Amino acid sequence: MTWTPHDYDDIPGTYVFNGKHAHGAYPLNKLLFSFNSEENRKEFDRDPAAYCDKYGVTGKYKDLVLKRDFLGMLRAGANIYYMAKMAIPRGTSVQDAGAQFQGISTREFQEKLLAKGEGLQARLAKRGGYWNG
Amino acid sequence: MAKIIGGVTSSHIPAVGNAITNGLTQEPYWKRFFDGYEPAKAWLRAQKPDVVIVVYNDHGLNFFLDKVPTFALGCADVYHNDDEGWALKPVPPFKGNAQFSWHIAESLMSQDFDICTCQEMKVDHGFVNPLLALYGQCDVWPVTTIPLAVNTVQHPVPTARRCLALGHALRRAVESYPEDMRVVVLGTGGMSHQLQGERAGLIDVEFDLECMDKIANDPQWLTQFSNAELMRRAGTEGIETIMWLVMRGALQSNVKVVHKHYHAPISNTGAGVLVLENYS
Repeated sequence: MTWTPHDYDDIPGTYVFNGKHAHGAYPLNKLLFSFNSEENRKEFDRDPAAYCDKYGVTGKYKDLVLKRDFLGMLRAGANIYYMAKMAIPRGTSVQDAGAQFQGISTREFQEKLLAKGEGLQARLAKRGGYWNG
Repeated sequence: MAKIIGGVTSSHIPAVGNAITNGLTQEPYWKRFFDGYEPAKAWLRAQKPDVVIVVYNDHGLNFFLDKVPTFALGCADVYHNDDEGWALKPVPPFKGNAQFSWHIAESLMSQDFDICTCQEMKVDHGFVNPLLALYGQCDVWPVTTIPLAVNTVQHPVPTARRCLALGHALRRAVESYPEDMRVVVLGTGGMSHQLQGERAGLIDVEFDLECMDKIANDPQWLTQFSNAELMRRAGTEGIETIMWLVMRGALQSNVKVVHKHYHAPISNTGAGVLVLENYS
């Protein structure tokens, strides 16, 4: 039995959410999905380990959840949107998580983002037809 | 007969909803982004569509990973927003039109699009935020909506080519409905961004601008790319831009470009607004 390789596998720093991830991390993503409910969020916060057991999140997956190791969870197959349901209400924004993935501060991450927009209006003007370009 | 009068595109990132809800739209960070919506809002006010078909992806509110439909159409008279886990306040419900939806489902099926029909469908920020940006906060939404969800979350996801073809079929579906109705198709998501992994923070302005121009004038161009190529260039979450092709395919081959607005970065994303109008 083998997982079919994909032509996106070599994109660096990227964990495309496909069948391999969705299959292996199914209980983990089910736990993350459960955080749509306020009641479940509270139950998790009261006893994270017991909550993992309830969802069948065991072994390395459980360790990653308890450590709040978001990069580790991602590599293990957590879906980024589902992981946001755990991270954001506990004070880790998507930008904080992005910074963590790169081992830099959130401020540095935000500065890197802002740099992408440098000279934007001139670039739009060159293309033509843009509002405020 | 029902008629598609045009198409609009919009980012649907959560930060947009937060900025509107928290009254931040005129803050320096947000001002240029939101001001660029004004011509789109004015166009909607002037055109007065009866129905907006919203093409979006669900991020884990209505669908869990136990069942992931590639294309799913809302076939209900009402759609509710709900708690997505990060304390965004749910917005008032959206009015649907079940008869029209079922007609669209039947027509799409007869054109070989085997669509999933949903009589209950919670709509998440992917659906809500573009409507918030275009119509503002409302107690009662001023337009009837139909959700059309595309899986861009769990691969395999449909190709750009398939999304454009769905748009073509959607046009025939809408325009074969006997009731007089003015319809706008709203393509949401994108543009380039990656939230996950060490490559998080990717934005490719040049690729976004190329996509904006090509989607308006030569949408076929985007169908040359595989999803792997699109993710390599525009980021894993940037794949959402394929949903714009559903909107574009539903319009005439030549359209009037009423408005073109691009801003980057907004949150982690390159964001584009297009207003494209069919010639009558």
